[in-house]
Amino acid sequence: MSSLDPRVNRLDTKKVKDGELHTNSHLITWEVFHQEKRGKQVTHCGIVHASTPEIALVLAKEQFARRGKTTNLWVAKTTDIYTFSSEDEDIFETTPEKTFREPGAYKVRGRIEKFQKENKADV
Amino acid sequence: MNNNAVKELLYKMADDALIIGHRNSEWTGIGPMLEEDLAFSSIAQDKIGHALALYTILHDVLGEPHPDQLGFMRKEKDFHCCQYVEQPIGEYDFSLMRQFLFDNAELLRYEALTRSSFEPLAQLARKAKGEIKYHVMHGDTFMKQLGNGSEESQARLQSALNNSWHLALGIFENSEFEKELIQEGIFTGEEELKRKWLEKITPTLEAANLKLPATEENKIVYGGRKGSHSEFLTPLLNEMTEVVRTDIDAEW
Repeated sequence: MSSLDPRVNRLDTKKVKDGELHTNSHLITWEVFHQEKRGKQVTHCGIVHASTPEIALVLAKEQFARRGKTTNLWVAKTTDIYTFSSEDEDIFETTPEKTFREPGAYKVRGRIEKFQKENKADV
Repeated sequence: MNNNAVKELLYKMADDALIIGHRNSEWTGIGPMLEEDLAFSSIAQDKIGHALALYTILHDVLGEPHPDQLGFMRKEKDFHCCQYVEQPIGEYDFSLMRQFLFDNAELLRYEALTRSSFEPLAQLARKAKGEIKYHVMHGDTFMKQLGNGSEESQARLQSALNNSWHLALGIFENSEFEKELIQEGIFTGEEELKRKWLEKITPTLEAANLKLPATEENKIVYGGRKGSHSEFLTPLLNEMTEVVRTDIDAEW
């Protein structure tokens, strides 16, 4: 029954009936966002458990920024993140006929080169 | 420049960092929760890094033995750490309180040293200041949260503070070189540091619903800076040096 992880043993789950976990055993989860350089986009990197946003930031710093370059971190409550339902995943499917909307479909390289050549000739 | 005064300062700073780093690393794997386990371990590693940087200055600039030798081969009486950092980790409240009290002093010390006339130390202080600022942020944030948390968390912190107080004041034990250090612009001195530290931690402790214990001068735990230590240092050194004593040529 005992675990190799002392934290698990400390939870003393035997005393707790199903659905009656003490509120202290339920820390809030926070989504963590990482920014590498000032002005660069902030990207999601994981979650931390904490009771307040201040502690979430303090803990996130060591979880996600102790290696590599970081200029800032953001945290937001997981429950404040709005997402699509997984059943709606099909809205992201693209039909093959829509490739004209992708930049690769434009065959403009030739025209650009021609324009540049003409401009150079003018100068 | 008075080399002996600088050496004394570097040794006590390095030894404090090495010993508290080792102590705090004892929480690795058994911390109160996963994220804090990792954060506390990482703070401990930073301290070992500071110790190495300070021993390196002692070796490269002041001709003292190699950092490995200084860290692992000296006898208890040659260590100049304060007795506070030697104390066993106890329960988490004690370790957290020590992290808070010690690192607030450490940040003020490094801030003062950024203007040191001893340039190698000023350079190191400028580099390490950011790391220690985070350590203080960690300690301050947890004080405020747990001090205003449950009745139990507040009571635990208050008793940890009471038990730590006279040990923590031992950080500021004067060296025999205070006058030289101040006159030569190497360091602003322990008395000034203690004054600033009290000014800094008092509002944080108040915001954390904690009462500053009364100071009784004769109870302050001194001695560490002069090589007189508690019964806890030798077992720590024995454990820390186990590998190197088993195989002196081991590489890792």
